[in-house]
Amino acid sequence: MAGQVKSQKPKAKSQSVEVRESAIGNRQSAISSSPAPDPSSLITISVMGEAYRVPKDLTIMKAMEYAGFRFIRGCGCRGGFCGACGTVYRTKDSYKLKVGLACQTVVEDGMFLTQIPFYPANKKQYDIAKEPANTQVLVRFYPEIMRCIACNSCTKICPQDIDVMGYINAAIRGDVEKVADMSFDCIMCGLCASRCPAEIVHYNVALLARRLYGAKVARKSPHLAERMKETKAGKFDPGLDKLCKMTEAELSALFYDPKMRDVEP
Amino acid sequence: MYPQSMQESIKRLEATRDARIKQGKIMLLAAEQKKELLKGFHPDYIESSMRALSLGPNKGDRTPHEIADLLEAWPIVNPEKFDTERPKYDVDVLVIGAGGAGVSAALTAAVQGAKVLTITKLRIGDANTMMAQGGIQAADKANDSPERHYLDVLGGGHFKNIPALARALVSDAPGVIEWLEELGVMFDKEADGTMVTIHGGGTSRKRMHAARDYTGAEIMRTLRDEFRNQNLELIEYCVAVELLTDGKGACAGAAFVNLETQEHFVVRAKTTILATGGCGRLHIQGFPCTNHYGATADGLVLAYRAGAKLGFIDTIQYHPTGVAYPEQIVGQLITEKVRSVGAHLVNLEGNRFIYELESRDITASAIIRECQSRNLGVATPTGRLGVWLDTPLIEVLKGPGAVKKNLPAMYHQYERFGIYMDKEPILTYPTQHYQNGGIIINDEGMTGVKHLYAAGEVAGGIHGRNRLMGNSLLDILVFGKRAGAAAAGAARSISLDGAGFGHVAAYEAELKAAEVPKGRCAPMVLPEYRRPEFKTPLPFAALGCE
Repeated sequence: MAGQVKSQKPKAKSQSVEVRESAIGNRQSAISSSPAPDPSSLITISVMGEAYRVPKDLTIMKAMEYAGFRFIRGCGCRGGFCGACGTVYRTKDSYKLKVGLACQTVVEDGMFLTQIPFYPANKKQYDIAKEPANTQVLVRFYPEIMRCIACNSCTKICPQDIDVMGYINAAIRGDVEKVADMSFDCIMCGLCASRCPAEIVHYNVALLARRLYGAKVARKSPHLAERMKETKAGKFDPGLDKLCKMTEAELSALFYDPKMRDVEP
Repeated sequence: MYPQSMQESIKRLEATRDARIKQGKIMLLAAEQKKELLKGFHPDYIESSMRALSLGPNKGDRTPHEIADLLEAWPIVNPEKFDTERPKYDVDVLVIGAGGAGVSAALTAAVQGAKVLTITKLRIGDANTMMAQGGIQAADKANDSPERHYLDVLGGGHFKNIPALARALVSDAPGVIEWLEELGVMFDKEADGTMVTIHGGGTSRKRMHAARDYTGAEIMRTLRDEFRNQNLELIEYCVAVELLTDGKGACAGAAFVNLETQEHFVVRAKTTILATGGCGRLHIQGFPCTNHYGATADGLVLAYRAGAKLGFIDTIQYHPTGVAYPEQIVGQLITEKVRSVGAHLVNLEGNRFIYELESRDITASAIIRECQSRNLGVATPTGRLGVWLDTPLIEVLKGPGAVKKNLPAMYHQYERFGIYMDKEPILTYPTQHYQNGGIIINDEGMTGVKHLYAAGEVAGGIHGRNRLMGNSLLDILVFGKRAGAAAAGAARSISLDGAGFGHVAAYEAELKAAEVPKGRCAPMVLPEYRRPEFKTPLPFAALGCE
């Protein structure tokens, strides 16, 4: 079973450190993925074909932990940002393939799921400093985008609700800015690539577009260039020399003096 | 989608909105008021939550029990399992950890021509960097200066920061932004290229740069792509369980276990950079946390055993605004940007109680006071308490659509649970967020152990006793780059002379003398969230580590 270590021999003795109570940290349910289960609240989910009884209000990730899985793959930030826990599932009496991040999706009775913790992706190498952000660049690195058959499977599976096919269309047109903007919320979980009949790796196309936009299309920041010049000329060194030598009392006086440290409205 | 019990308080919040808008900014607290608030309500001030370390370089220093339990602990793998005579890799620079600090260190060391190997226990980019939403500070506008930034950093840190480190942080900041801009990070900009910058808690100038509310993710995915473009060597799913030292106590690499195959191997390195991140997953004092799955303080343990001094380990940052409802995502981060763009903190009765952009320790303490002492917290169906963030106010202040535009990630996260934060407020309570302290470094990232460097959250001293928003994304890049450059430079003149576990044997003698119970092992490697009856040691853990 790739991805997770399942407990073989349940043991009563715990490896973890002693639990200490705290009123303000709200211990009882703060960290535990396993609140005391109310038998009536248990539902059945199936993880890669095996059935488990789990409390109904948990996320898929916490339900799997409740069931005894200890994640190695398939678990990352646990906050919906890293794309490690892309999960594909079906629900009772439906032919529909659904998708969600295990850390953000609540289990349902009859849910039948597998995680896709990794997908072999085609990634090209490039020197971003040398590549022009022109209309050909995306198709030059990823010519397979031309094979898009507009089936929309990528958009339908995206757990971030990105119009993936829409930005691939923009990529075919060579509109780097549009691709960068439309794909911005991408967490690179790889589910789009797993569904694509044209074998496109959408998120790597989007990543190239965003980097080109950031480096080449967006105007360089004028005040930043100015500040770099001043920094290199040593403009701030005397001031910092002085500040670094100040005592705590001197710094505090400066910090709380509204004339010396006024706050921008 | 809020239950009826919470709806009544929402009505009160809506009723006071106009008056609150007219009220404008609440006065900042004076130094004495801050002290009193912290003393009364900040979790760091709970005496019983900490203990003095009984051994090691910080013997006698106080730290939370959860950290002490890892520092006063036996090796999780018996060092004899490793063949130090036949290292699997022999490199100039070994980088342990592949978040923002590790990747920027590796990129920088490689540019200098060093042979670099990066090893991480999860995937490249699996790090708190990926989760940082709000922004990155840099004093790069005409009305701002590195001196001002310095004063803000020191004020936030209660003037305890190590001056040379704070100076490095603010001095390198504009250069870091320029580097990211060149790499293609999509900062929020005006049409003419001017950065859109806003306030963060404790800033005196608007110097918070952002990439919508995916700032950390945007930086991390860009750095990761660059790392892959440079073809740098990377090993994932291998955890460092011990450092190696030579006969004189200098670091000479590290010992690893492959989490999937259980292979044990040794990497010999002229210089080693620890970039293993923080300790959120220790759940100090039972707090939920905002951190990545891998944030288990492994680097502190490894460095401490090798003799590196730690600092500021008695101070943890609790982010003022973690999710308090819905239950499924409790503890996850509600970015400070929500307050930066105008949302008020509002109690049960619909009233504000603190200026929203005080530094984090102050704001968190004020929320705890509201809930625990003044009985003005809003109760959830599971018995949690929290206060409101009036997010619909953002739409009033900045126009319709402002929530979705400025906070797409947050909006999406709540939408999944049927809460529309442009129309309804969201409930919040402090959550464990950041390790203010760590391994003490100098301004090149060097630790107290020869040839050992540290960068990112694992390092300490930069932020003193409290870090400001936007200085962590900055810190990991400034010190990642500095450590990478210094480690590559130093490696040129180092010739290795033996690599073993002499320091571990010495540490074990101390553990024995201190009568540390045999079953307590470290590093933790991964947190344990299974039910007690399922809990088992990691497959590679030494006999007795259960």
